[in-house]
Formats: sequence, C-alpha cells, structure tokens
Amino acid sequence: MLLTITTTHQPATDLGFLLHKNPSRFQSFKLSFGRADIFYPEADSHRCTAALLLHIDPVGLVRPKSGNPNAGDWLGRYVNDRPYVASSHMSVAIASVFGSALAGKSTERPELADMPIPLEADVPVMPSADGPDLIRRLFEPLGYDVDVSGQPLDERFPEWGHSPYYGVRLSSKIRLRDLLSHLYVLLPVLDDEKHYWVGDDEVAKLMRFGEGWLDNHPLRELISRRYLKHQRSLVSQALAQLLDAGSADPGVIATRHEREEERLEAPMRLGEQRIQAVLAALRDMGAARVLDLGCGEGRLIEALLGEPSVRSITGLDVSHRALETATRRLRLDTLPPRQRERITLLHGSLTYRDKRLSGHDAAVAMEVIEHIDPTRLDAFEDTVFGNARPGAVLITTPNAEYNSLFEGLPGGAFRHGDHRFEWRRGEFQDWSRQVADRRKYDVRFEDIGPVHPTHGAPTQMGVFTR
Amino acid sequence: MNIGIPELCLVALIGPTGSGKSHFASRHFKPTEVVSSDDCRAMVADDANDQAATPDAFALLNFIAATRLRSGRLTVVDATSVQPEARKSLVELAREHDCLPVAIVLNMPESLCLARNRERPDRQFGGRVVRQQAQQLRRSLRGLKREGFRHVFVLNSPEEVDSATIQRTPMWVNLRHERGPFDVIGDVHGCFDELLTLLERLGYVVETRTDAGGGMSFSVSHPEGRKAVFVGDLVDRGPGVVKALKLVMSMVSSDSALCVAGNHESKLARKLQGRNVQVTHGLAESLAQLDMESEAFRQQALAFLDGLISHYVLDDGDLVVAHAGIKSEYQGRASARVRDFCLYGETTGEKDEFGLPIRANWAAEYRGKATVVYGHTAVVEPVWLNRTINIDTGCVFGGKLTALRYPEKELVSVPAARVYYEPVRPLAQPVPPEEATRSTVDRSANLLDIDDVIGKRVVSTRLRGNVTVREENAAAALEVMSRFALDPRWLVYLPPTISPSETSKLPGLLEHPAEVFTYYRNAGVSEVVCEEKHMGSRAVVVVGRDASAIERRFGISGDGVGACYTRTGRRFLGDRALELAFMERVRRGISDAGLWEELETDWIVLDSEIMPWSLKAQELLSDQYAAVGVAARTSLTVAGSLLRQTAARGVEVFDTLAGIEDRLGMVRLYGDAYARYCWPVESLADIQFAPFHLLASEGRLHTDKDHLWHMNVAARLHEADSALFRDTRHKVVRLDTSDESEATGWWEELTSTGGEGMVVKPLDFVSRAKRGLAQPAIKCRGAEYLRIIYGPEYTLTENLERLRNRNISAKRSLALREFALGVEGLHRFVEGEPLYRVHECAFGVLALESEPVDPRL
Repeated sequence: MLLTITTTHQPATDLGFLLHKNPSRFQSFKLSFGRADIFYPEADSHRCTAALLLHIDPVGLVRPKSGNPNAGDWLGRYVNDRPYVASSHMSVAIASVFGSALAGKSTERPELADMPIPLEADVPVMPSADGPDLIRRLFEPLGYDVDVSGQPLDERFPEWGHSPYYGVRLSSKIRLRDLLSHLYVLLPVLDDEKHYWVGDDEVAKLMRFGEGWLDNHPLRELISRRYLKHQRSLVSQALAQLLDAGSADPGVIATRHEREEERLEAPMRLGEQRIQAVLAALRDMGAARVLDLGCGEGRLIEALLGEPSVRSITGLDVSHRALETATRRLRLDTLPPRQRERITLLHGSLTYRDKRLSGHDAAVAMEVIEHIDPTRLDAFEDTVFGNARPGAVLITTPNAEYNSLFEGLPGGAFRHGDHRFEWRRGEFQDWSRQVADRRKYDVRFEDIGPVHPTHGAPTQMGVFTR
Repeated sequence: MNIGIPELCLVALIGPTGSGKSHFASRHFKPTEVVSSDDCRAMVADDANDQAATPDAFALLNFIAATRLRSGRLTVVDATSVQPEARKSLVELAREHDCLPVAIVLNMPESLCLARNRERPDRQFGGRVVRQQAQQLRRSLRGLKREGFRHVFVLNSPEEVDSATIQRTPMWVNLRHERGPFDVIGDVHGCFDELLTLLERLGYVVETRTDAGGGMSFSVSHPEGRKAVFVGDLVDRGPGVVKALKLVMSMVSSDSALCVAGNHESKLARKLQGRNVQVTHGLAESLAQLDMESEAFRQQALAFLDGLISHYVLDDGDLVVAHAGIKSEYQGRASARVRDFCLYGETTGEKDEFGLPIRANWAAEYRGKATVVYGHTAVVEPVWLNRTINIDTGCVFGGKLTALRYPEKELVSVPAARVYYEPVRPLAQPVPPEEATRSTVDRSANLLDIDDVIGKRVVSTRLRGNVTVREENAAAALEVMSRFALDPRWLVYLPPTISPSETSKLPGLLEHPAEVFTYYRNAGVSEVVCEEKHMGSRAVVVVGRDASAIERRFGISGDGVGACYTRTGRRFLGDRALELAFMERVRRGISDAGLWEELETDWIVLDSEIMPWSLKAQELLSDQYAAVGVAARTSLTVAGSLLRQTAARGVEVFDTLAGIEDRLGMVRLYGDAYARYCWPVESLADIQFAPFHLLASEGRLHTDKDHLWHMNVAARLHEADSALFRDTRHKVVRLDTSDESEATGWWEELTSTGGEGMVVKPLDFVSRAKRGLAQPAIKCRGAEYLRIIYGPEYTLTENLERLRNRNISAKRSLALREFALGVEGLHRFVEGEPLYRVHECAFGVLALESEPVDPRL
C-alpha cells in the first residue's frame, strides 16, 4: 500500500517534474479499488522523496461482483493483507497516477526522464512467500543494490517465526521509467498466489513493460508464469472451500511441495529414471492394459502412449484438478481417435473399492503409497490387491535410507511435505512381502537411481506378480 | 382361455402385422407395460412404419425392456416376433434379468390380418408381407417351448382372443405378505435334539407322538403366532435327519414354518429320484436313516425336498431368506442362475488349500434394502455385514445351532451336544479367529465402494427428508476424505455448520442477541438455552470404555480407545503420544463421572470444542491472521510517520493522518483479538476440552434429551477432571420474559471481556416448531471477535454499513441439511446399519461443506 521514491539527483525537487506531481501539494486520485495519495515527506534540492499511499477498500475486495467466476476465491480471504502490502494494486496505481513517468515522458524535463539518475525505491511491506532470496534474485540482475529486512509474524509469539513480508530498499542509478516498469511487473510476481486480477490484456502489458529487460532476466520464465496466473475450475473452488477455514489451497501446497521434491531429485533426473524403470518392467511382462494409480498430471501416461504393446491406459487420481491438468497436458481433446481411445482418466480414490479398476494386466503406483496415511494402507491393499487384482502391481516409493545423501534435506525430514512416511528398504520389503503373502502374489524388488553401497538407491520398486 | 402368467415376466406378443397384438395388449396390460416396435420406430424416425429405422427401433425397445426388467417390472413386447432370431433376443433378455419369458401367440387367419391392414391407410405393405409373416409364424409354433419360453399360449381365432383373460400369479418366492414375526433357523444337518431345544427356547410348543411302529410325528405351534424359517440343509451328516425332516415337514404343512432349499436337500432329492450322485459330504447318513423308513415316507420326503423354493421374500420385501445368500438383483426372481446362487453361493472358480471352492464375497458388495439371512458356510459367530447375516454356526461340526429372531434381530443359540461330523477345514471365519468372538463388524465391510460416494447423491434423512449432494461437491469431498480423513469407521458423525444471527441494526454491531431471540420466537420456540461459545476448534470425540469396546462396535483394533477428529474428519491431534494421552484422560473422565454405567454403554460420541485455537489453526494464524496484522501495523506506522513528516513541511495532509491513526488503533485491537485465543501447547496440561453434546451411546441417540441434560453431562465431566474438561457457562431463557434482557447483558459482559460470544439453541435438541425444523443452534458473536472474521477495520462506519448487507439464508439452509445428515448418520450407526449407510451421511456433510457459502457467516 505504500511506495516511496527518492532521488538525490540535484536539484532533487525535479523529481516532481518527472512524476508530474507537485512536491508542495498533497494530491488524491480515485481508483477502482479505492484511493491513491501522493505527497512528499521531504523535498529539498539535495533529497526529494515522493510517497504513493494506497487506500484499498477491504470490504469492496471481498464483496463478490456478480458474475465474477473467481468470487469464491475472495470469500476465503476475508481477513486480507491486500490493503497493506505492495501488490498488483500498486502496479495499477503506478500505471494510473505515474502513467507519463512510466512511459518516460516529462514535459518539463524530457532529457532528465531519459537519464539514469540516482534513485531509491522503498517498499515497507513487500510480500514474498518464497523468502527474501527471491527479492534479491529478481532485482539484483537489474542492477539494484537490494536491502531487505524481515520481521517476526507476531512478537508476542516468537515461536511463530518470520513473516512473509519484507521491508525492501532498491537503489540504483537508473532511469525513472525503468524503475517504475520493474516495479510494475515484479510486485505482482513476488505476490504470486494472491495475484488474481489477470485479464485478457495482461500478456500485452507484460510485453510492454518488460521490454528491454525481461528477455535477458535469468528468472524470466518464473516472472511470466507468475505474472500470468490461470483461473480455476468449479471443483477446485469447491475444494478450496473445504479446507479447514481458509488454510491454503492443497493444490497450491502440493505444487509447492512437488517443487521441493523435484529440486532435491532433479540433479539425478530421478523422475525420468522411475518412468524408464516402470516401462521396462511393464515391457518385460508384456502388459497391454495398464492402470496408473495416482496418475497426477499424466507424465507416466504420456510415456506409456509411446509403448506399442500398451493397448489401453487407465489413469486414476483423487485430485480433480490434477486430472484437468492431465487432460490439458495430454491434449486429450485434440488427440487422434486411435490414441484417444487408449486413454481413460478416472476420478477416484485408492481407499474405496472401484470396479472400474478391475481387468488390467498391470497397475502402477508410482510415488503414491507414501502419500497415504499408514492407517489407510489396508484399504489401499484391499482396493488394489483384493478387488482390482491386476496381473501385476508395480509400487515405487522413496528409500528413506538415501535421504541423508540429499543436500539441503534436513535430517529426519521427508522429501515432500505431504509424505506420511518414507520407508527404509527393510520396511518396504516387509510390508510388500506381507501383502504378497496375503493376496497370493509374488514380489521382487528393484533399485531405481544411482545405488550407494550402504544407503541403496533413492527410489525402491516392488514388482508384484501372480 | 385363461392365461396365467407370473407377476414378473417378459411377455412376447407374437403374430403377424394385423393380428391384433396392440389391441390385445391395450386390453390386458397397462400402457406403460407395453413396449411396441412401432412406437419405438416412431420415436427414432418420426414414422412408425419406417422399416429402415428397424435396427435403431429395436435397440431402443431392448433398452426400455431391459431397464424395466432390471427394476422388476412386467414387460410386454409388442413386435411381430415371427422370426426365431427375433424371439431369441427376447428369451436372452428375459434370462439376463432372471425373469421367465412367456409367449402369447395371436395365430389369426391370414385373411383377417390382410383385411385389417387394408383398413389402415398407413399400412400398405401389400399381401406378400402378411403372407410371409403368417408362414413364418406357422413354422415357429411347435418350437416355442424349445426356444426357451416357459409358458406358451396360442390363440387361434378372434373369438378366442376376445374371450381370453389374463391372470397374474405371484411368484413362488414372493411371500411379501407374510409379516412374521419370524425365527430364522440355521443349517440343522440332522441335529434334531439341538433343534428341539432351540424351538423350545424360542417359545414353540412341540408335541411329539410316537405311533405303535415307533414312528414319530409332531405338532408344533407358537403361542404368539411366530413362524420358523429354515435356511435349508436340514439333512445329511447328523444323526437325526429323518426326525428333523419329519418335524420341519409337519411345521411347513401346518403353516408354522417355511423352508428354503439347501444344496444338501437338492442333492438328496436327486439321489432319491434315482439319479447318479456321489455319496459324499454326509449324504450317506441321510440315506442310511431313510432306509429304515417306509417307502411312503421316502416318497413324501422326496416330494417335500423337491418342492423346496430357492428363496423367500418376506415382510413386504424387507427380509429375504436363502440358503447360501442372494444378491439384491436376484431377489424375487426365478431362474436357474438364481437357484444356483441360492443353493451354492458364488465362487470365484479358485480352490483353497483344502480343495474347497473359494467363495466370492457377495455380502461385502451387498447394497440392498432387504435384510438377507442365510447359512451354508459354517462360521464361529454370526456377523452382520451390510444387512446380511450368516447364521450357520456349524452345529453338526460341534458348533451351535443358531436362530435369528426377526424383526428383533436377536440371536438365540443352542450349543451342539458333540461333534457329529468332522469338517474338512476348520469352521470358515469371516474374521480372524482372535477377533471372531469379539467384533460384530465384518472386516470386509471396512472397504467402501466408490459408488457409495461419487456422483450426485440423494440421502434420505429422518429429520428433513431427502438431502441432495451435488456431483462437484461430492468430488471435492472425495479428495479430502481420501487424502486427509481418518478411517471412515471412526467418522460416524460430522458436525453441522452454525448460522449466525440475522444482522443487527444497532450502531457498531453486526450481531446482537435480539435477532436470535426474534428468530426463535418466530419459529414458535418458547425456551432457549444460551451457551458460552468457546473459541477453539470443533472436535468430535469417539471414545470407548476400553480398546475392546472400540473393536467390537467400530471394528477398529490397534488404534487405542478412541479418536478425536476435526469437522472435516481429520485427526485432531497430530502428535500420537499427545493423542493417546488425551483419549486416555477423556476415557478416565467419563469413568469417574459414572457415565458408562448410567448410560449402559461402553462407547460414546461427543461433540465439542478444543482450546486453544492455535493448536489446530496454527497455519491459519501464521498465514493469515498474524500476517495481516504485521503487514497492517508496519505499513500504517510507516504511512503515519511519512504523513507527519509531510505535514511538518507545512503541506496540508487533510484528514488522512487522522484516518491512518484510527486504522492503526483498529489493527492493534485486531491483534489483541486473535492473540487471546492462542497459547503454546507443550503437553496435555495446555489443552482444554469442552464437550457440549453427548450425541450417542450403545443403542441410544441422545438427541431426544434437552440441552440441559447435555450441559449437565458436561458439568459432571468438568467435576470429574476440571483440568481437562471445561465447563460451558449457560443460561436458560424463556422468550418474551425478562430473561431476554438478562441474557443480553450476560452476552455483553462475555464479549467485552474477550469472549467470542454465545450459541443459542432451542431447549430441545431437535426442535420442530410451527415452521418445520428450527435451526439447531444460532451463534451470536461479539464485536471484537468479529474483527478476526470481517477484518481489522470492519468497524469503520463506511465498512460496517456495507457489511450489514449479508445474506444468511444459504447458511441457514446448509446448517439444517448438515444437521439432518449428521443426526441421520448417528441414527444409522446406533441401529447397527452397514458402514456404507453411515458413511454416506458423514460424506454428505463434508460435501455440503464445500458449497460456496460466505465463510464469514
């Protein structure tokens, strides 16, 4: 809600000409979401500071406009940080009250507008859920000295830790228009999840204000992705509603966790190795009808499509949203009929018996069981081994012994925040043998990924056959 | 001619065009019972005579007929059906649905058919078509029985057609009019002495006469008119086969018993008919005993055995008895397939280690409405599974002879005097032996079916009729239930949401007791109870007197003496040690308060609030409340100092600075509002537990008690262990008396000292007043508390005035539907209904919770 811009270029009060706002006056402007005030806490020839203060109407934010498909999102944010942080609202305000400066125009000082001058931007409350590092990684490549200061969530409860807000000072010798463009694009990017106002012309705006710097920015992909956020479906809105009063969206959490796990495992391309190991095992057994349990966004399905021996692929997931993404990623709508016929996506659960799952040669549960509560594993066993009873079952799961070899994974921590357990090899093998014994399957085990002499491989796979 | 057809069958009207089939059909059947190929042609092609549309028309005809037969409705197919292949598909259709195919042939003179067609302008087929059809019909006439039609009626003249009458006869299996009460008796296998004892214990009066030749005859009656129903397998293996047969035959003939066929009766009958059967599994015993009897008796016995029916549908369809059980789609039907299922059950084709067939567990998948009582496979203890129960407790193998009293559903058993016959394998056990004697819940019932929960659902509730769950809400609930919720066996109840009061018009307030009292007054309620609203997190606690009570009643072993879960079914306490300690203290508190004895129960379900709020809501507090607080404090503080700096330069800042300072003050109050409900939890000593409803215990739902009873339970628990159990302050208010203003003062005092507010409930737990079901509770929250709901600055006049415009009707409707579902689930659990029926309700509450309703309400 607050941004100050300071220059020490002499005479400093020329900042008023650059911003087209008189330093000796307090001015207010009406905006769609409230009001913007511009005033100058200091203005002399050595140093001049312009403050942009937003008054964002908190009630208007929450009140759903009729026909707004995202109304449901706002309902969950009734106690909202929007009025107090620098966010997309600030971008809107910059564009509307500093429009000329953003475009690099100045009637009185045109040459100054085109000149790099010493500038400082102060944002007292900048959100960054990803921590202070991202702020630096976004602004430092653009030539700023970045000063970031954090603060606790609530000093009365030190155990609650740090807040996701930072006081940020950016200093550089730079053209004012560039400073404003950077802020225009990057404030919503830092805000990420809470940036919901994407309209059709956002792509055009990104192109315009990112011109000349975004292409060379090392984080350009992250910037574009976050700037252009996607809208959500009915089901995921319904789901968001269910989460214990307002805790974050599980999809968002899951995505965040997935990123953590990927980051850990990426260097060894473990995801790809798992898929290859599963494909090889399926080829060995000549499975034609394959069930992908917990198919997620459809990576394994994509790989299975390339297997000539696989005639039909049934993907099951409990997350409706994951299935929507899979439908998009696999381009199911436009796939040629012959390929389309091979794929069935099912919304279902591994803890409910499901007759749609019977009649398969093999079922794959790749990195799935560790997401099931240990007390519900018996239901998983009943569903898969008792009722679906495919010819073979492939289960992959992390090998907890390997965790100590991951840099950046604290001791005792799981690779993914939603993991309910991670088993050592002995634990997985004991469980698997008991299941195999009860359900009249044979089981053997394979390592996936580089094998360490004492810790084994990062991923373990059980191959159940009958 | 009198045409007798079974009440459920597929009637094929056969005859050439113009033979009068449609006219015949309209005279003898309801229009909706008749599916005509002409009508179907018209439906798919706008022309009843468009022969090109025939394949599509028959696809439709088959679909309609199949759908009707599936739901057990007599169906008449009005199509020429003069060709064998057309009839073949009808016979197959009937068989597929286990119905009898019946042929009624209109074999009219060709000339008549031709003349009738000439009269109809839309039917100018020409004579050739009619002649050809008539010819095909004549060729078919003799083979109809062979084609599979169970009954064939041929009408050869218009006079015969005119005089024909149709009589529908009940199926033999249909004894729906028999309402009992019944005593269903398990496999006897010649255990005559035990049977006699059992009958006497059940109250039957058995007179035994021995004639001069030593032959016995019986006369049995029950003073209360009860009727015995034998599940079959009276014969073989045991020593008293003949006596048992004589007893049951006499009971059946005197109408004091019914008996369905067992596989042993079927085999014995075939042997007596002289067929070649293997004399195994105890058949030898029957034959040896029958050898001592007269030929006349053997013939009598054969007639009895051979005449036994596969199963009976009794008590208006609520009770079905079949020897080896029966799926719901077979009930009330007659076919070879149905009979085989009833006699032998369903096997997977695989053999177990004793060489005996592995049985498919039809009962685990059973979702029918009727109670099914069966025998056939000996078990140690009868166990209910989805409204089915196997009462063969292996008397002949040294177990016991068991009867199920219906409708009481009580089990009565007589132990076997000795082992009469060694079983091939130990008695089949639906549950592992160590649990067999304790759990009344079958393990295979644990697994719910996806069809029990997904898609649009309509749940019928006692309190509020049908409650609909939309498909997308069910989908959302499936994910939460699967990923986060406890084992569904714990989730017998999820609490309903609570609506707030209508919006107050008083300055500075959104909620005030006046509106709550007005609501209940208008609803016709005269007395309410105001309960202090604890600010923690809602929790449902299921607790057993000991672990074995939980195992017996909930079927859960190895998970302690109970569970504590949130309103969305998640485990409340993530820390296992803390959870175990908590459950143990709760259990002890209940013991000390003497509730087990008083309620004659060994388990109870409590609805409650657990404090502190920060225990469960830490994520929400950090991500949302504290975050907003720190962002607001920082930005407003900086803005204030910049404005002061600006003003110091002599620039007029108008009322902006004052406004910012005002807002900063509100943000401070907001910070205090949430901080009040937070404290660190290091051990059980830091937790407070405030139960306010004792919902259910063995055999009882306590929604018939008023809230003072529930408050009294809470007070007794508090007395028993005041460190953990927190009392709930409350006040009874007689509406329209000075109680109202007194309670309002109490609310003001509560909320001004940091309390959240109060919950007002009609004195009766379930209050049906003049406008139907009243809200079970309405909350009335204090102004400061509402800062953490409506945002720090909601009390600014311009904000408050807009916030007053809130609509609570969706929330009120939701609260009632969830209340009805919650109570329904408990009812079903208390009545011992199958898990899927209980789960349907909890799942429904979770799904409804995903409906988009303003969460601030």
